[in-house]
Amino acid sequence: CHLQHPHVAPVHALSSQFETDIDDRYGDLDSRTDSDISEIPASSDRTPEILKKALSGLSSRWKNWWIRGILTLTMISLFFLIIYMGSFMLMLLVLGIQVKCFHEIITIGYRVYHSYDLPWFRTLSWYFLLCVNYFFYGETVADYFATFVQREEQLQFLIRYHRFISFALYLAGFCMFVLSLVKKHYRLQFYMFAWTHVTLLITVTQSHLVIQNLFEGMIWFLVPISSVICNDITAYLFGFFFGRTPLIKLSPKKTWEGFIGGFFSTVVFGFIAAYVLSKYQYFVCPVEYRSDVNSFVTECEPSELFQLQTYSLPPFLKAVLRQERVSLYPFQIHSIALSTFASLIGPFGGFFASGFKRAFKIKDFANTIPGHGGIMDRFDCQYLMATFVHVYITSFIRGPNPSKVLQQLLVLQPEQQLNIYKTLKTHLIEKGILQPALKV
Amino acid sequence: ESESEAKVDGETASDSESRAESAPLPVSADDTPEVLNRALSNLSSRWKNWWVRGILTLAMIAFFFIIIYLGPMVLMIIVMCVQIKCFHEIITIGYNVYHSYDLPWFRTLSWYFLLCVNYFFYGETVTDYFFTLVQREEPLRILSKYHRFISFTLYLIGFCMFVLSLVKKHYRLQFYMFGWTHVTLLIVVTQSHLVIHNLFEGMIWFIVPISCVICNDIMAYMFGFFFGRTPLIKLSPKKTWEGFIGGFFATVVFGLLLSYVMSGYRCFVCPVEYNNDTNSFTVDCEPSDLFRLQEYNIPGVIQSVIGWKTVRMYPFQIHSIALSTFASLIGPFGGFFASGFKRAFKIKDFANTIPGHGGIMDRFDCQYLMATFVNVYIASFIRGPNPSKLIQQFLTLRPDQQLHIFNTLRSHLIDKGMLTSATEDE
Repeated sequence: CHLQHPHVAPVHALSSQFETDIDDRYGDLDSRTDSDISEIPASSDRTPEILKKALSGLSSRWKNWWIRGILTLTMISLFFLIIYMGSFMLMLLVLGIQVKCFHEIITIGYRVYHSYDLPWFRTLSWYFLLCVNYFFYGETVADYFATFVQREEQLQFLIRYHRFISFALYLAGFCMFVLSLVKKHYRLQFYMFAWTHVTLLITVTQSHLVIQNLFEGMIWFLVPISSVICNDITAYLFGFFFGRTPLIKLSPKKTWEGFIGGFFSTVVFGFIAAYVLSKYQYFVCPVEYRSDVNSFVTECEPSELFQLQTYSLPPFLKAVLRQERVSLYPFQIHSIALSTFASLIGPFGGFFASGFKRAFKIKDFANTIPGHGGIMDRFDCQYLMATFVHVYITSFIRGPNPSKVLQQLLVLQPEQQLNIYKTLKTHLIEKGILQPALKV
Repeated sequence: ESESEAKVDGETASDSESRAESAPLPVSADDTPEVLNRALSNLSSRWKNWWVRGILTLAMIAFFFIIIYLGPMVLMIIVMCVQIKCFHEIITIGYNVYHSYDLPWFRTLSWYFLLCVNYFFYGETVTDYFFTLVQREEPLRILSKYHRFISFTLYLIGFCMFVLSLVKKHYRLQFYMFGWTHVTLLIVVTQSHLVIHNLFEGMIWFIVPISCVICNDIMAYMFGFFFGRTPLIKLSPKKTWEGFIGGFFATVVFGLLLSYVMSGYRCFVCPVEYNNDTNSFTVDCEPSDLFRLQEYNIPGVIQSVIGWKTVRMYPFQIHSIALSTFASLIGPFGGFFASGFKRAFKIKDFANTIPGHGGIMDRFDCQYLMATFVNVYIASFIRGPNPSKLIQQFLTLRPDQQLHIFNTLRSHLIDKGMLTSATEDE
């Protein structure tokens, strides 16, 4: 989706200087306050015609409400549909969203800096996106598709020298950037270079972490995302009905009542969602690639996290619920941590995006979803969540990925392998995991 | 690496070349020590600059040798200080560009983020290399087990403070500074971390790349000075193709000679290890194959030129050719990038720390790409993953996972013939 080149008059009237450095014309970008910067005009309205006709009777306020509502339900149904279709489709969806978010943020950069026709720059931005994705997906593929990869010779070569190849590709882009520097546009080009890199840092690393979480088990993907969505919706509802005290100057519509109400409802929601999903192997098992069937399977013995256990209730809860014990999945306790993060820290991602939009005087990131704005508008709270879930899993749930450890072991020199083997053997015997008399 | 086009003639780059050489150099703050000023007061300003640069170059090289002599610990501290100074220089430029020196909180936040990212990276390294030390001390063990979580929490606190510190009329500036800080961290901290990694691999992996870049700087300048005629790139008008190519060949030769000399000494060649008993760093080991003299057959074409059939070299010297080639061909792009950056923001030098040379960043701009390259090169071609790190990761797995890996490794070793059932029982 291409936006038309914006027709914005330059802010500074540099009438006296005939041959000015183009960078000077954008000196206003470095000015001290935001006030002299003109607003970036919004693009066209993309609401589909049918919706417009159906709602033409209502007043514009209710019309907006309906559009938002319908689109929300549509997105949720789409979400369910893709979950049903499986992990591979989910991965593609995440990749698609990442590319779209990147595109939206980069487009904003172009409009801010009027740099749509800088030489090479569009090509270079997309090239860097490709490089970084290649790097990250290469690292994942090597881990999860180990058996598949061992078979193909080409892939073996690519994996062994993966870092070197990625670095070489990145360097090629870097050198192209340096060679593309044009005399009067240095500052703009550096700004766009930095803008691209920060965007990559945000979108690509987080989407990669989302995929890692997904491979851990679809429940680690579904529960966090649903918690954030639930927090959005319930905070809005609580704010709508009970909202009175403003929360933060940055987003004047947020209120403390909405914040706290949203927090409690999200924790309850997460608790229940975790209970429901923990029963199904489909959600709970790590995603594995089976080379025989050439597809992803989620079949396993559920780990202890997903097996019902009885907990004794602490005394004050005993009095309230009048039960001695309760059967819970241990995962539900973790879900409380996830929901708490989604409600307390997730909104900061939203405030960050609001601040960003005010800073660059844009209403929405884009107009992709009618009534909601761009994809980034929907996903701004999710980014911190993905990183948190990943860090949480690696710190509290499991250690490093076993297949990765195995893969690295197999790459070592034979003498090193032998040394490690002996160390491991001693350790395992000490711990009683291995019987000393084991022969085969 | 932009010294040539800015300072050599004692004139600013934008001034015309026809100015008389006796015109004074307009500097903001002259940091040249008084003693040098007096000693050179008689010479014309052009030669004075030349002498100042020359003396400072020799001083820096001597300083480099002293630090190498003092050992890995001092080197690590120096790398850390250089990193902090580079960060400070780039952030100060950001402040000057955006006149944002008195934005609320921002100085605190920038330094806080620097601390967080450093904590994260050094925590990862420390856990690998100081493994036994860490396991002994209880607080360190907990810190290292939950390291990522703690780092992430610290970073989040900074992020939330940033969001809370957004002030109504200054949103854009604050976002710019936030972006500027993060890009600077990405460049400065990750690279210095990679430099330390290379250092731990063996001091030769630290010394040879850095020396090659320095040599390329100096040689390209010399060749350009004496033979330079065709300009290389519009960005740096004083660079010439003659300098570039001459520097390339000179650096490759220099790299070969230097690696030959250094490969003979254990203290350069062995990985740096932390000895728990003596509580210090030791470099003592059996040199690997890379650092043992081997005979190579010279290909026919060179045989006729040199007249030898075989030559004894260290295999590392072949790798040094790759390193020198990178230093000469791609390293300068780091310098062009820094030149472009300085032109974009209309600054002459990154700072005035080193008299005659500019800031620390001016000296180190070519080094950054080099550090990453060496690290990637080592990881891809020299060694595989770190065995001690693997053992450590293994120990954190669940027992059933450990058993599974152990059995797989066992069958693999038996397949390879490294292990037979008989050697199992000892």
